[in-house]
Amino acid sequence: MPINESDVEKVAQLAHLDITPEELKIFAPQMAAIVTYVEQLNALATSDVGPALGGLTPEGERTNSAREDVVTPSLGQKIALAEAPDPASGHFRVPKIL
Amino acid sequence: MSSGETTARAVVESSLKAAENLNGPLNAFLEIDRSGALKRADEFGQGNSLPLAGIPIAIKDNICVLGLQTSCGSRILGDYHPPYNATVIERLLGAGAIIVGKTNCDEFAMGSSNENSAFGPVKNPWDTLRVPGGSSGGSAAAVAAGIVPVALGSDTGGSVRQPASLCGVVGLKPTYGRNSRYGLVAFASSLDQVGIFARNTSDVACVLGIIAGRDVHDATTADVPVPNYLEELTTNIKGARIGFPKSLFGEGLDTEVHESVVAVVDVYRDLGAEIVEIELPNAAYSIAVYYIIATAEASSNLARFDGVRYGFRAEDAPELRQMYRKTRAEGFGPEVKRRIMLGTYVLSAGYYDAYYRKAQQVRSLIKEDFRSAFESCDAIITPTAPTPAFLIGEKVDNPLSMYLNDIYTVTANLAGIPGLNVPCGLSSNRLPIGFQLLGAYWSEPTLLKLGHAYETARPFTERPPISAT
Repeated sequence: MPINESDVEKVAQLAHLDITPEELKIFAPQMAAIVTYVEQLNALATSDVGPALGGLTPEGERTNSAREDVVTPSLGQKIALAEAPDPASGHFRVPKIL
Repeated sequence: MSSGETTARAVVESSLKAAENLNGPLNAFLEIDRSGALKRADEFGQGNSLPLAGIPIAIKDNICVLGLQTSCGSRILGDYHPPYNATVIERLLGAGAIIVGKTNCDEFAMGSSNENSAFGPVKNPWDTLRVPGGSSGGSAAAVAAGIVPVALGSDTGGSVRQPASLCGVVGLKPTYGRNSRYGLVAFASSLDQVGIFARNTSDVACVLGIIAGRDVHDATTADVPVPNYLEELTTNIKGARIGFPKSLFGEGLDTEVHESVVAVVDVYRDLGAEIVEIELPNAAYSIAVYYIIATAEASSNLARFDGVRYGFRAEDAPELRQMYRKTRAEGFGPEVKRRIMLGTYVLSAGYYDAYYRKAQQVRSLIKEDFRSAFESCDAIITPTAPTPAFLIGEKVDNPLSMYLNDIYTVTANLAGIPGLNVPCGLSSNRLPIGFQLLGAYWSEPTLLKLGHAYETARPFTERPPISAT
């Protein structure tokens, strides 16, 4: 299904991206070409093929990643906030929500 | 150094000087840590027995190093300073390595030419009008130009092997789960691996032995013993079976690249290997599968860049959602936006089965192709990239044609298998050509051994015009 400018506008909204009318003119045909290209997969019969689940090897699947439920040191408030654009009183401050 | 003929300080100083002097023409480094690197060098006395004592190393700017920036080549992170070291960095430092700087890359490792960096493209040391490949182009260029003997990169669809090929160095993407990604900024989590650049397979083997292995901070690392890669690096490859996928040597492959890789096959035959014709029937679909899975995972992973906890936040956005949209619009470059939107599209309601589920099914077929192929061979040989380095600007307006550059490399990421680029000569206009060896899970020793046998028989000794040595 060819992707058009209104599809691109919609996904931009879903992805929290403002895009300009100029960008839309560039992105829409590029994305349409890519989507058309990936649709070549439809030529393959896959009804009896299970989807791959991630990239793990059989050995990776068998690896037990659970750990003991013990408290380990964490970054702490000061370091965790050090790179925040607008920290305030030990919190991440954001613009108004409502 | 161990013989006392030189000091860690002298080695690091010469690496720093080269990095600084060549950054004008190459733009390979986004940060050079002169003071930190020299301070650490001075802490190493002569006769230190650590395996990498005093060895200068460069790190792609999407791998966290405490005290240095991690920009991922993006404005949205800018001069972000992570509060911890990646596990691979902890292990390198523990072995005595000295990090001289952070290397330029395509934004969030998305690209095959380095032109997607927010901080300008890296230039190829063999011809500065040409791309070094991507996305780990800065690391590849830094090793090719002799600035550092070793560099780390990340490989999601070929981002170590393809720039290694275009710059004429050795580049390894290990098996999925071999190296920890803790501290590697995530792009597509079912595909990402930390990879290694060096001038020869011995250096790659040495560094892999140090950084590989299980890490409690990365649940995808597998509990598989780390062999002594260096000890297994012999040149005796008699009886090794090398798979030749004839169908991949067709349309779109540059004539000189084709001839070079076929000549490599002849060298292997002369060295005693058996050449076996194999089929990878679904390899032709790999780019389509890759650009669904990678963009889907990227759209999810990059949702975290929202201007709240770190990095850039747009001004003049008095409402929260408006702030998210403006921050991401101003912070991300066009290729990252394109991939986030494509990923959002293929995952969106009504399209998930048609695109994402379909791609995961074909991924199963590709995995099965390799499993079946490795029943009759120990490794598969292909070109690494379809052409030598292309001109800066040549493909920027056509993302699809850029994506097709990864045709030989993405299959390894989809299947989770290791891949190695080894240089095998220069084109008529003196640009490097590389070949790729693919192996079964955990077959890094086999790939490195085959690479070592080739480079011993046909050493690649040419140096680029932009070079430290």
